[in-house]
Amino acid sequence: MSTIAAISTAPGIGGIGIIRLSGKDTFKIIEKIFVANKEEKIENVKGYTIKYGKIIHPKNGKIVDEVLVSFFRAPKSYTTEDMCEINSHGGMVVVREILEICLKNGAIIAEPGEFTKRAFLNGRIDLTQAEAVINVIEAKGKRELDSAINQLNGELKINLNEIKNDILEVLTNIEANIDYPEYDVEEVSQEKAKEKMKLVENKLEKLLNSFEKGKILKDGINIAIVGKPNAGKSSLLNALLKEERAIVTEYEGTTRDTIEEFINVDGIPVKIIDTAGIRDTENAVEQIGINKSREMIDKSDLVLAVFDNSKKLNNEDIDILKLIRNKKSIIILNKSDLIKNKEYIPQEIKNINENTIKISAKKREGIDEIYKKIVELFNINEIVVGNETILTNIRHKNLINEALKNCKESLIAIEEGLPIDIIAINIKEILESIGKITGESVSEEIIKDIFSKFCLGK
Amino acid sequence: MKYDAGEFDIAVIGAGHAGCEAALAAARKGHKTLLFSISLECIANMPCNPNIGGTSKGHLVREIDALGGEMAKNIDKTFIQSRMLNTSKGPAVYSLRAQADRKKYQQEMKHTLENQANLYLKQAEITNIIVEDGKVKAVETNIGAVYKVKSVIIATGTYLKGKIFIGETNFESGPDGVFPANKLSDCLKNLNIELVRFKTGTPARVNKNSIDFSKMEIQEGDKDIVPFSFENNKLEIEQVPCYLTYTNEKTHQIIRKNLHRSPLYAGDIEGTGPRYCPSIEDKVVRFSDKPRHQIFIEPMGLDTEEMYVQGMSSSLPEDVQIAMYRTLPGMENVEFTRPAYAIEYDCIEPSQLKLSLELKNIKGMFLAGQINGTSGYEEAAAQGIIAGINASLQLEGREPIILHRSDAYIGVLIDDIVTKGTNEPYRMMTSRAEYRLLLRQDNADLRLTEIGYDVGLVSEERYQKFLDKKENVKKEIERLKNTNIKPSEGVNKILEKNNSSKIVTGVKLYDLLKRAELSYDILEEIDKNRTVLNKQEKEQVEIQIKYEGYIKLQLAQVEKFKKLEEKKLPDDFDYENMKGISLEARQKLNKMKPISIGQASRISGVSPADISVLLIYLEQYNKKK
Repeated sequence: MSTIAAISTAPGIGGIGIIRLSGKDTFKIIEKIFVANKEEKIENVKGYTIKYGKIIHPKNGKIVDEVLVSFFRAPKSYTTEDMCEINSHGGMVVVREILEICLKNGAIIAEPGEFTKRAFLNGRIDLTQAEAVINVIEAKGKRELDSAINQLNGELKINLNEIKNDILEVLTNIEANIDYPEYDVEEVSQEKAKEKMKLVENKLEKLLNSFEKGKILKDGINIAIVGKPNAGKSSLLNALLKEERAIVTEYEGTTRDTIEEFINVDGIPVKIIDTAGIRDTENAVEQIGINKSREMIDKSDLVLAVFDNSKKLNNEDIDILKLIRNKKSIIILNKSDLIKNKEYIPQEIKNINENTIKISAKKREGIDEIYKKIVELFNINEIVVGNETILTNIRHKNLINEALKNCKESLIAIEEGLPIDIIAINIKEILESIGKITGESVSEEIIKDIFSKFCLGK
Repeated sequence: MKYDAGEFDIAVIGAGHAGCEAALAAARKGHKTLLFSISLECIANMPCNPNIGGTSKGHLVREIDALGGEMAKNIDKTFIQSRMLNTSKGPAVYSLRAQADRKKYQQEMKHTLENQANLYLKQAEITNIIVEDGKVKAVETNIGAVYKVKSVIIATGTYLKGKIFIGETNFESGPDGVFPANKLSDCLKNLNIELVRFKTGTPARVNKNSIDFSKMEIQEGDKDIVPFSFENNKLEIEQVPCYLTYTNEKTHQIIRKNLHRSPLYAGDIEGTGPRYCPSIEDKVVRFSDKPRHQIFIEPMGLDTEEMYVQGMSSSLPEDVQIAMYRTLPGMENVEFTRPAYAIEYDCIEPSQLKLSLELKNIKGMFLAGQINGTSGYEEAAAQGIIAGINASLQLEGREPIILHRSDAYIGVLIDDIVTKGTNEPYRMMTSRAEYRLLLRQDNADLRLTEIGYDVGLVSEERYQKFLDKKENVKKEIERLKNTNIKPSEGVNKILEKNNSSKIVTGVKLYDLLKRAELSYDILEEIDKNRTVLNKQEKEQVEIQIKYEGYIKLQLAQVEKFKKLEEKKLPDDFDYENMKGISLEARQKLNKMKPISIGQASRISGVSPADISVLLIYLEQYNKKK
């Protein structure tokens, strides 16, 4: 049986995230991606032990996370197979990355309920529990189906359909040519097939990139804090960090004049770029200036513009307001505890009609609201609710990858001048992969297409 | 009056392409076999196109041959033109097709049947099949003869309640002017067999002397004839040409103007026709932007002037037919010998069958051919030989032969109709085979001779020859893998001559053969000491090496496929009460009773989630046992 892997912890905020592996290649995979602090051969690790170490990306040697790995040796495990559980530092990005590394190194993504199913199939679970297993699979399957359907209503579906139609066009032509050699069906020329498959290749690559990039899940959200000196940027940052329940990592920014802090908002990593790093530098104002702020704003997905609500806005404040005019931003009115009129909002700010939150960074008032606003602005709730979608995503991504591989091979085959029948093998595989995402059977479709497009038969 | 006509093992009803193969297989396996036909003049008739083979159908013929069937041998004896189609499109889709001398084909087959030991050929209409306790007991003829039999193979083609349509006229008839079989249909209905009504059609036959071939394109046969049967090495005959002409706007106008006189458009025909055999009126209506359609004129035999007009099947009235045929270049004065017609007939809903082609709930009742909802002589023959083999194996107390989708086109065909059913006459197509590169027509013997030998239809002598071939091919591939060619002026000259790049280091012959521009024959020049292989062996060596990568890819796919096929489902599985499986899937599974998880997964309406639940029940079942 193949070795399966999945994220076992619930999505969202949690101290740690667990990736589970089960199957005969479990230890082989761990060997490839895990370096224990006390160097030790994985094959010698006993069952029921925990090792501390790092997950290393086998391709580039990059440290992904510090982890604890629990080892279970067959048959003494939940599934009765060799198993490992990788305890990582949580945050969907890291957990997901570790899962992907497992998948790239020989594991396949577990079906819903598959660990339990294996436990049952291997005799670990009593027969009377079989029904419960079925319920689990049924329920999970349905949920997954729901999320899959949701996803397929969107752009992915449109893209896949477009690709499918491109391929069907080539394939139908090839198949009609093969099955009806004497009819005047236009022959599929090498150039034509190549042109079409190049197009498909491009589209598949683009689609694959959309999985990699674009996704908040993958990259997180970048937030820039701007504001004039003494508006309370540093205290806001400190307040945000204290509210945050699991700091993923902290290191100096790549440029010496900014600091990057990570916080976790409902499972989504949020990177805050702030000017704290130059707090102590002299002539800070001159150094940063408007230009620096502009640069930071450009780089970010969201701006927190901090103003001292206890004082009247000055020119510098107005300049900042101008800078964020076309940017997704939250206006933070700090030191609101210091003013008597609790409802007071400066006219200039009312005018620009942005999301405005009154806080006191010092007293840690209103910080929760900032969190809520971020969640709202980026629909984080939806992303996290659809955790299964994330898993499905990885499955989809693998399938698209498979499709792309076959697309490239078909192009090579065309280049080498192989007969169309051979080329059709790769092209059909692309359709198979796409069919596995959309759940449609393709072979019937080809035949249907042949007869609707061409006038054939005696 | 009824009379006892004796005891036999197997009765085959219908002596078309399915019936002939079935009866021959059963008789050759030593069972006392009856073969009934309404008219002995109609044995192995081709009431439609006078040819055997073509894309995917040629594959079927070769598979029948490898199993020990007759079709390939019979066409090799009686063909009048032969062509290998698709030779530029890849080894898997090379397709052999031969024009037959229709009458000779029939005579040859009839003669073979007559000379076959254990085979009793009878002219009679079977009107009743007697079934007791879910088992076949006897068959009855229209004149009261009762034959006690252990099993029956129904291969009635388009005869069951056959009805012919020509324009406003329609009448009860079998194909080609023979009586229909009306009573058997009712007998099947009484046995609770679900029937459906299908339709097919055929074009007119015309007199050759009334055609001006100078206005048509001529199509000659191949110079180098490839026999259908693996047992024939070389065939040489004087070939007869076919001709190609086209419809034109005038033809289409006549059709459009008279559409209201077509029984199809008037709604008189209730049967479902095949998409791939559209009548000319269908083509003109559905592809109205096409300025012309191809029409092939094919000879019906050497001793007749009748020609078959492929592409012009129609159910329009005869006067309209004549008018439209006469618009074709070269056919201005054409004389009809037989008009085109549409025919409607009863067939069964094929999902009532097991993969062995036996009915699920009547022991000993097998069905083969067009009655199972297929179309085509080759499709019929393929089912015929399987039904014949399996009816015999049952009498011998052996397990039936079930070919997988990865074994043969025959496997694809039977699995398709049984597992998925069909809502139109089913035609074999190469596109239906998932593992096309493995199911080539050239290797049908390598795939199936073993099975033919095992069931007893392949002679010891033929089997030995087959083993020799296999061994020779294997040895030669090994030799090519191990033979190093050193770079030399001579070698490079030969390579250059064939547009192949020079070699600078030693290269294995095997690697040279992988080059697209080089062939096994070309390499002979630099491989003078090779052992002499025959044509079939050379072909194998070449294909197996040249396409090795892709063949391996498909073999890997087959491995995956087989895993699910090997997970057998018990007959007594109670799908109805399986929690976690969708209602639709439960109902379908219960009706179908699939033999394996693999088959279950191909039933429409059974989802992957259903399958994973089913796997658990299966595991549970196996553990209890």
